[in-house]
Amino acid sequence: MLAYVIQRVFQSAIVLLVVGLVAFSMFRFVGDPVDNMLGQERTQADIERLRTQLGLDQPFPVQYFKFLTGAAQGNFGVSYRQGRPVSDILVERAPATLELAAVSGFLAISIGIALGVFTAIRRNGFAAHAIMSVSLIGVSLPTFLIGILLIYLFSVELGWLPSFGRGDTVKIGGWSTGFLTESGLKALILPSITLGLYQMTLIMRLVRSEMLEVLRQDYIRFARARGLRERAVNFRHALKNTLVPVITVTGLQLGSIIAFAIITETVFQWPGVGLLFINAIQFVDIPVMAAYLMLISVMFVGINLIVDLLYFAIDPRLRVDRTAAH
Amino acid sequence: MAETSLNTPTSERSRLRVSLDSDFAYQFRKSPVAIVSAVTVLIMVLCAVFAPLIAPYNPFDPASLNLMNGFSKPMEPNAFTGDTFWLGTDDQGRDVFSTILYGMRISLFVGAAAVLFAMVLGISLGLIAGYVGGWVETIIMRVADVQLTFPAILVAMLIFGVAKGITPVEYRDQMAIWVLIIAIGLSDWVQFARVVRGATLVEKNKEYVQAARLIGRGPGAIMIKHILPNVLSPVLVIATISLALAIIAEATLSFLGVGAPPTQPSLGTLIRIGQGFLFSGEWWILLFPAVTLLALALSVNLLGDWLRDALNPRLR
Amino acid sequence: MNEPILSIRDLTVEIPTRHGILSPVKGVSYDIGRGEILGVVGESGAGKSMAGNAVIGLLSPPAHIAEGEIWVGGTRVDHLAGEQMRRLRGKEIGMVFQDPLTSLNPLLRIGDQLTETMLAHLDISRSEAEARAVAALEEVGIPGAAERVGSYPHEFSGGMRQRVVIALALCAEPSLIIADEPTTALDVSVQAQIISLLKKLCRERGTAVMLITHDMGVIAEAADRVAVMYAGQLAELGSVREVLTRPRHPYTDGLMGSTPLASRGKDRLHQIPGAMPRLDALPPGCAFHPRCPHAQDRCAENPGPRIEDGAGGVACWFPMTREAVA
Repeated sequence: MLAYVIQRVFQSAIVLLVVGLVAFSMFRFVGDPVDNMLGQERTQADIERLRTQLGLDQPFPVQYFKFLTGAAQGNFGVSYRQGRPVSDILVERAPATLELAAVSGFLAISIGIALGVFTAIRRNGFAAHAIMSVSLIGVSLPTFLIGILLIYLFSVELGWLPSFGRGDTVKIGGWSTGFLTESGLKALILPSITLGLYQMTLIMRLVRSEMLEVLRQDYIRFARARGLRERAVNFRHALKNTLVPVITVTGLQLGSIIAFAIITETVFQWPGVGLLFINAIQFVDIPVMAAYLMLISVMFVGINLIVDLLYFAIDPRLRVDRTAAH
Repeated sequence: MAETSLNTPTSERSRLRVSLDSDFAYQFRKSPVAIVSAVTVLIMVLCAVFAPLIAPYNPFDPASLNLMNGFSKPMEPNAFTGDTFWLGTDDQGRDVFSTILYGMRISLFVGAAAVLFAMVLGISLGLIAGYVGGWVETIIMRVADVQLTFPAILVAMLIFGVAKGITPVEYRDQMAIWVLIIAIGLSDWVQFARVVRGATLVEKNKEYVQAARLIGRGPGAIMIKHILPNVLSPVLVIATISLALAIIAEATLSFLGVGAPPTQPSLGTLIRIGQGFLFSGEWWILLFPAVTLLALALSVNLLGDWLRDALNPRLR
Repeated sequence: MNEPILSIRDLTVEIPTRHGILSPVKGVSYDIGRGEILGVVGESGAGKSMAGNAVIGLLSPPAHIAEGEIWVGGTRVDHLAGEQMRRLRGKEIGMVFQDPLTSLNPLLRIGDQLTETMLAHLDISRSEAEARAVAALEEVGIPGAAERVGSYPHEFSGGMRQRVVIALALCAEPSLIIADEPTTALDVSVQAQIISLLKKLCRERGTAVMLITHDMGVIAEAADRVAVMYAGQLAELGSVREVLTRPRHPYTDGLMGSTPLASRGKDRLHQIPGAMPRLDALPPGCAFHPRCPHAQDRCAENPGPRIEDGAGGVACWFPMTREAVA
C-alpha cells in the first residue's frame, strides 16, 4: 500500500511539474513581460536592466526552476492590471471561493447520493421517473442559465434574496467569512445552489447507474436469497459497493466545482478567485492566469490523492498485498 | 462503458451490428423522445443554415436598424413606429427573432466545428497511440490523463486566454470564433482518443490485421480500413454528447465575455446582453435566446442519451 | 414418501416480450422429501434455474409465475407478498449460487455476512450469533474458523468461498436448499469435496435439496432422484438408479449417451442431433420430436403428456422400454 501511495505522490508531482511548465510558458512567451511592465517611455537600458532583474537573460531551464521555486513560495509576480502582487490578491479572494465551493460541494454530494439511491431502488416508480427527467434538463441547463433563473425568481420577482455580492463578512485572522452574518448567509444561498445543482445532477445519475449495476450482482441476489431486509440489501450491501466508483468521479467533480465557480461568481458578481480569473482572461493579465492555473492544479492533485486514499478505507481488497491474498 | 463494450470479438460485433441495424430503426420508432429531439435538432439546424432567408431583418446591417424601435415588446406594435416584432427588440432596435436565428448559426457552427476538430484530433492520436505504442503512446496518454484532471471548460478558457494573448489586438474580434473552436476542440479530444486507442489495442493483434500487414498493407491503410470501422458506434455516441457539451461550453464562454464578440453574437452572447435588462423588465431580450439555447442543448443531449442506450445492448 | 418438503404442481413461468409471451418453465410438477436430494438436469436454457428462482421468489421481472402452485413445508408460497416471502428466504428456503467468487459481498467480512443472516431470522443475541457463525464455518470445514470470521471474501480460495456460501445458506436452518450449479465454477479437484459436504450437511439436518446441474456425474454421485428438463418441460422424473440405468424418455437416453459414464460401458459417445429449440421457436407437438429418433406422427401433432405426479413419470407418447436400452 505504501508503495502505491508513493507512486501516486510521484505521479502528482509530475502533473504539477507539467502544469508548471504550461504556466511558465504562458508567463514567458505570451506577451512580453518587459513590454507589459514598462510604460511607453522606456530606454534600451531600462529594458536590459529589467530583463536582468527578471532573470530573462538566463537559460530556459534556469528560469523555469526559478519560476517553480517562486511559485512554491507563493510568489507569482505582479498583476499587470492591478499592479499588486498576485499572491496578495489571491489570499484576499480565496475565502469567498472556498466557502462557496464548500457549501455547494456539501449540497451536491449529500442530495446527489440520496436522490441517486432513491431513483435506483424505485426505478420504476413515478417519482423516480420524474426526478430522472428533471435531472436530464438539469444536465442540459448551463450553469449560468440556472443562476439567471434563480436571480429572476428569488431576487427580481420575489425579492427574497440578494442577486449579487457576498453580503456582510466578518474577518477572522486573515479569513473573511460570510457564515457569521445574516446577509452573508442569505447571499450564499443562490450561488451555492447554482454551483451545486449541476454537480448534484451528475452525482445523482452516476450513483443511480452504479447502484443499478450493483443491484444486478450475484451477491445482491444472494443477500436477497438469504432473506435480508430490503433496507439491509440496499444500504448495507449495495450502497457501499456503489461508493467505490462514485468516489472517483465525485473527487473529480469537487475539482470542477472550483472551476465552475468561475461561472457562478460571474453571474452573482461574487468576489472570489473565479471572477478574478475571468477578468484576467479578458484583460490578458498573464501572471494572474498562471497563478490561478497553478493554484487550481494543486487543489485538483490534492483532491485526487485524497480520493485514492479513500479507496483504501472503503475497499478491503486494496488493503492487503497481492501476495497475501492467496 | 463504451470501452468495455469494445472487448467483444469482432466477429461477434459485426454479427451484432447486423441484428442491431433493424433493432436500431425499431428503437427509434418506439421512442417518442428520440423522434421529438431529432426533429427539434433538424428544425434548428435548418433554421440556422437558412437564417438569412428566414430572418425578417438582418440584425447586423446598420442600415436596417431604427433606434426608435428599441425595446419593442413581443407581438405589440412599437409605440413610436408602429412596427410589430414577434419576439420584441433589444435596446438598439434589433429584432430578437432575427438575432436568435443568426446567434444559433454561430452557436451551432462553433459547436459542430469544435466537435469535428476534437474528433479528428482524438481519433488520429488514439489510433497512433494504440498502433505505434512505445513512448509515443506514453506521451499521448499521459497528456490525456493530465488534461482529464481538469474540467474541459477551464481548459477551453485557458486556451482562449492564451490565444487572445498571442493574437494582435486589432484581429482579436475577427479571430474570436476560430479561437473558440480550437479552444473547445482542444479541451475535448481526450475521450475520443481513449476509446479509439482501447479499440486499436484490441484489434491490432487480431489475425485479420496481422494478415493485412503480411500482404504489405501500410499502417495508415490498416488503421483506416480495419480498425476505424470498429470504433464508429462509440465515437458517434461520444460525438453527439460532445456536441451538446460544446454548445453549452461555447454559450458559457460567450456569456462570460470570453467567447463570441458582440459583433458576432452567439446565443451565449445574446444571453449576456439580455441579462443586463433583467432588472429593468425587458425580459424578452433574455428569455427567448435562453429558451432557444436550452431547447437546442436538451434535444442534442436527449438524442445522445438515446443513441448511447440504443447502441449499447448491455445497458438495455 | 412422507409429506414432501417442497411440492411443485403444474408450475408455469412466463416472460412477456415484444415478440410474445415466452414460457421458460411450463407445467412442471415434482416433489422433494425430507432429507432427499433431487437432481434437476438439462441443457442451459431448459428452465432448471428458472424453476429454482420461482421457488425462492426471486424471478427477475418481467418473469413471473403464471400458473401452478408451490408448497414449501405445507405452506403455499407462490402467491406470498414480498415481506412474507422475504421471511421465508434464508429461514425456510436457502440458496447456493453457481459462482462463489461473485456471491459474497466483497466489502463485508464473512462473519458479518453470517451474523446478519442469522439475526434477520433467528431470535438470538448478537454475541450468540457470532458464536454460531464460528460454529457454522467449522461445520463446513474452514480451518481456523475462529480467526477466519474476520476475513474478507477475497482472502479465501474458490472452494473455501463455496464452503462459506454453503454455511450462509444453511445458517438459519432452512428445510430446503436450492443449489444452482454449485460446483460448475470450481476446480474439478474441489467439486467432489463440495458435493459431499453439501450431501453430508443436508443428510444430517434432514434438509431437502434441489440440486440444479447439467453435470450427470454430479447427479450420479449425490442425488436420490432426478428430474430431467427439456425446453421448459419435465421430460422424466424418477429415482437416479432407474433414470440413469434405464431411461424411458428418448431425450434422457440421448443425454446419457452424450455423457461419458464409465458404468454404462459404452465404447463410444453418441450425440443427440440438432440443438434444443429457442423458447420463441418451439416446434408444435412434443418439443423434442424434431430431434427424437423414435418420433412418430402423433409426436408432431400433440404436445407430450405431462408428468402430473410429483413422485415420478415420463412425458413421452412412446416411452422406451427397459429392453430397448439393455
